[in-house]
Amino acid sequence: MTTEDDLYERLATYEGRPAAVAGEGGDPVNAPMIRHWCEALGHPVPADGTAPAPMLQVWTMRGLSTHPGTAGGGSRAGAYDELLALLDGAGCTAVVATDCEQEYLRPLRPGERITFDAVIESVSPRKTTRLGSGHFVTTRMDVRADGELAGRHRFRILKYAPARAPGERPRRPRPVVNRDNAGYWEGVERHELLIQRCSSCGTLRLPWLPGCNTCGSDAWDTLPACGRGTVFSRVVVHHPPFPAFAPPYAVALVELAEGVRLLGGVVGVPYDKVRIGMPVALEFRHADGEPAVPVFRAEV
Amino acid sequence: MTGPGVRTGDVLPELRIPVTRTLVVAGAIATRDFQDVHHDPDAARAKGSPDVFLNILTTGGLVGRYLAGHFGPSAVLRSLRVRLGAPAHPGDELVFTGNVTAVRGTEATVEVLGTLRQGRHVTGTAVVEVGGG
Repeated sequence: MTTEDDLYERLATYEGRPAAVAGEGGDPVNAPMIRHWCEALGHPVPADGTAPAPMLQVWTMRGLSTHPGTAGGGSRAGAYDELLALLDGAGCTAVVATDCEQEYLRPLRPGERITFDAVIESVSPRKTTRLGSGHFVTTRMDVRADGELAGRHRFRILKYAPARAPGERPRRPRPVVNRDNAGYWEGVERHELLIQRCSSCGTLRLPWLPGCNTCGSDAWDTLPACGRGTVFSRVVVHHPPFPAFAPPYAVALVELAEGVRLLGGVVGVPYDKVRIGMPVALEFRHADGEPAVPVFRAEV
Repeated sequence: MTGPGVRTGDVLPELRIPVTRTLVVAGAIATRDFQDVHHDPDAARAKGSPDVFLNILTTGGLVGRYLAGHFGPSAVLRSLRVRLGAPAHPGDELVFTGNVTAVRGTEATVEVLGTLRQGRHVTGTAVVEVGGG
């Protein structure tokens, strides 16, 4: 059994090796493919007959032909196929493109024959993404038209092992319950938000702590929150994505009427309409079999 | 300096493109990308996606369309970099916004953002030669 490090060591040996040698486009640059591309994408057809620049890679695609000797099929170098096979063998059977950088030196004209060479520029260590875990593979390609360098193309794919079986719903993170905060989460489960109150000096505290930050006393009782509050601060989460949540979403620091503050999601209003000072009302969300969590409904 | 009044800070008008199943499949085939995740929903699901999704060549082409539509036929694309985020599925709407971040001579650098309801689909940086002659 190959360990992950062994695998990466083997993958890294492919850096600098050719991904395509003396590749040839299946078709010369031609008006029908240009027109079809423009039609599919809603792009204006260039009046001078040249190919729209972002078509650069299209002329190098091998399409459905995989047999050496068929159109566009004989160009991929063995090293690239070996690298992909190695990744397939390690369970990274799925592929998705992530980045592309193109430089256009001159337009491509109908009739020109496309040739290309590409090199495997880098293979990343194992990375975990929302789709699954795998390796990024970056290739760099020079594209020639009738022998003249016409464009450069850098392309990055992720070869990955899909994260979960189709249809399986990602779970939300669970509260960390311990002896110091168990009473809080028991309250939440009953749809009651309990604020800790120091029995000695009366200072309120949230989240729960073993002792009072004001007087040091470890004696306390609780006060149920009335449920009114205002947004004290907020952020919008775009990245990184967490499987159970669909970004973007707003997370607010809400100041409760009692004066203590609590972090929570804001519902009932689009993420970009959450404002500081906005009045909110406490609610509890009990998502399908998951523990209850406090959330705040915008009062607009 | 640069052609017909392109200035740093210029904002491109928004372009909304409905992502239909037809666009996903037609774009994949027009770019000669026959990866099954771009035309076969069952295959896409088996690989962890809820449905087929736009291939990167189509996304890059749509960024090109957005730029060509704004800068017109005399503009020449010199370079284009696209980085993909959230995948675009049938039923989504892709909203392009852009702004000119630098102008040097006749070349304008344009940052393009393509967003979906669920987040950023594509971040693009293009260098466009605008109306030099």
